[in-house]
Amino acid sequence: MVWVLWFRSQPDRTHSGCPRRQKSLMNPNYLDFEQPIAELQAKIEELRLVGNDSKISISDEITKLEEKSRKLTEQIFRDLTPWQVSQLSRHPQRPYTLDYIDELFTEFDEMHGDRNFADDAAIVGGTARLDDRPVMIIGHQKGRNVKDKVRRNFGMPRPEGYRKACRLMETAERFKMPILTFIDTPGAYPGIDAEERGQSEAIAYNLAVMSRLKTPIIATVIGEGGSGGALAIGVCDELQMLQFSTYSVISPEGCASILWKSADKAPDAAQAMGITASRLQELGFVDTLINEPLGGAHRHPVQTGERVKNALLASLERLDGLNTEALLERRYARLMSYGAP
Amino acid sequence: MSWLDKIVPSMGRTQRTDRRSNIPDGLWRKCPQCESVLYRPELERHHNVCPKCDHHLRLNARKRLSWFLDKEGREEIAADLEPVDRLRFRDSKKYKDRLAAAQKSTDENDALIAMKGELDGLPVVAVAFEFEFMGGSMGSIVGEKFVRAAELARKERRPLICFAASGGARMQEALFSLMQMAKTSAALEKMREEGVPYISVLTDPVFGGVSASLAMLGDLNVAEPNALIGFAGPRVIEQTVREKLPEGFQRSEFLLEHGTVDMIIHRSEMRERVGSILRKLTHAPAAPRSEEVVTVEPISPDSEFADDDVDAPKY
Repeated sequence: MVWVLWFRSQPDRTHSGCPRRQKSLMNPNYLDFEQPIAELQAKIEELRLVGNDSKISISDEITKLEEKSRKLTEQIFRDLTPWQVSQLSRHPQRPYTLDYIDELFTEFDEMHGDRNFADDAAIVGGTARLDDRPVMIIGHQKGRNVKDKVRRNFGMPRPEGYRKACRLMETAERFKMPILTFIDTPGAYPGIDAEERGQSEAIAYNLAVMSRLKTPIIATVIGEGGSGGALAIGVCDELQMLQFSTYSVISPEGCASILWKSADKAPDAAQAMGITASRLQELGFVDTLINEPLGGAHRHPVQTGERVKNALLASLERLDGLNTEALLERRYARLMSYGAP
Repeated sequence: MSWLDKIVPSMGRTQRTDRRSNIPDGLWRKCPQCESVLYRPELERHHNVCPKCDHHLRLNARKRLSWFLDKEGREEIAADLEPVDRLRFRDSKKYKDRLAAAQKSTDENDALIAMKGELDGLPVVAVAFEFEFMGGSMGSIVGEKFVRAAELARKERRPLICFAASGGARMQEALFSLMQMAKTSAALEKMREEGVPYISVLTDPVFGGVSASLAMLGDLNVAEPNALIGFAGPRVIEQTVREKLPEGFQRSEFLLEHGTVDMIIHRSEMRERVGSILRKLTHAPAAPRSEEVVTVEPISPDSEFADDDVDAPKY
């Protein structure tokens, strides 16, 4: 028994030289490139526990380490590669649409179903108030635990999801509510049933309808902006992107396996396609880049929520200055400007 | 090899190979469906439809338009637009080099050709995707040309016909390509609001960003027989769902059954039937029955292609 206890207290010695075990020792809340931060944080936690036990004050030491951790985080996050940003955008703890709905809005009434076939849990939507103002919210939704992930289909909508979104958008137009969309999807679901029910048509129809809706549309990319599946609720008057979100025509892995013939080249593909918010702002696609708190949105969700809300309010104020005709002309001109020679 | 061949001087043999090389390259082509070897001029006379199994082979965009539109009064739209490598994209090859190679092999600037012309006297605008040009992928120039054609169609109230054949959005132009989906769809929505007809003809193959935008937005969506059409490619779907795809999955007939396309039209009837639909939609008088309507004669049993064990058409 004593031997067993000793054995358990020696994780480093017992597991060294065994890469699989070592990987599982990594803190799953931190990505690969964040592991140095995770180690420091673990040390701080350990010290705190010791501090509670003994009466010796070690708060000075903790403060010092926290300062060090902050600097390290700053340093790591200062120049992230596009591939690292892509990993952050998919971080399992990143706030999802429903988190923002809780944080930013009041009186949210979720509306379900496309009135034709089913309700798709990969897209959520409904009316709510943003500082008293009625708005229509539509967004992709991923799940947190295994069961939820499956129910939400990993945030990959089927045609009925896009048709529900379309129905809600037309409702918003009738009742003169601005539409706020939250984009966070790996892409539209590539499945047999989705093809049977016309995935292409559902996306195409949304693109066409959104180009002429007589109400302001603001799209915010909060995580992954995966291709047509993202754009199907992403045609807008103003595009906002969180600092560590991505938006691209195909996933870096997909692009790499087609053009480089190997998914391992995803970091190169991420670099070449220019999928990050900052690069896309340089290219003229993004109106507002919302900076994330140190360490990413998932480390400080409340602060992130505040920033998103402020950006939305500022954007709405700008669009309120336009009458419907000017709004639609501006949107059409915006769409026509993409890639124009 | 007989003993005679061995003693024949090498001169003779050279002459024989010379005679062989006099036959122009690529005079014969194999049908991908029934694997019959087809005589190219005969195949072209049938607009690339296999005379044996009726399989619709891919048809080059320029040839398609010149066959579809009347000989008189054809005018190309935005022919001089050239693709730009905004991102300086580079994978295993530079995008610039890929473009140059595609331009050289197809003799086109980009993957879409747009023309204004007449269909049996009815003024129309027609566009066609060149699949040989980087898989008919849609980048900025394809989107721009399509929109210019749609705008012209709307302003002159000419019906628009699009022959799609594309793998989807062009990855090398990244988000610029993705946005072409929204751009082309917006232009089509304007046409719809003003009641100018748009017929989308889906030819083999149509996928991804082209399928999920301009190709599905026709007042009528029409498909050629047995074309492969869908959002995600069959391989991607198979990898995702990990089950075998049903027989005939994503073929035109599958789409017809599931309500995605209005009808399947044989290539030999395309001009006539699209013309007839458009004349009704625009309240134009019915087309005069003329000699010019191109029809493909049935193959006579004694033609050199007749073959007893040819399977019936697959659809």
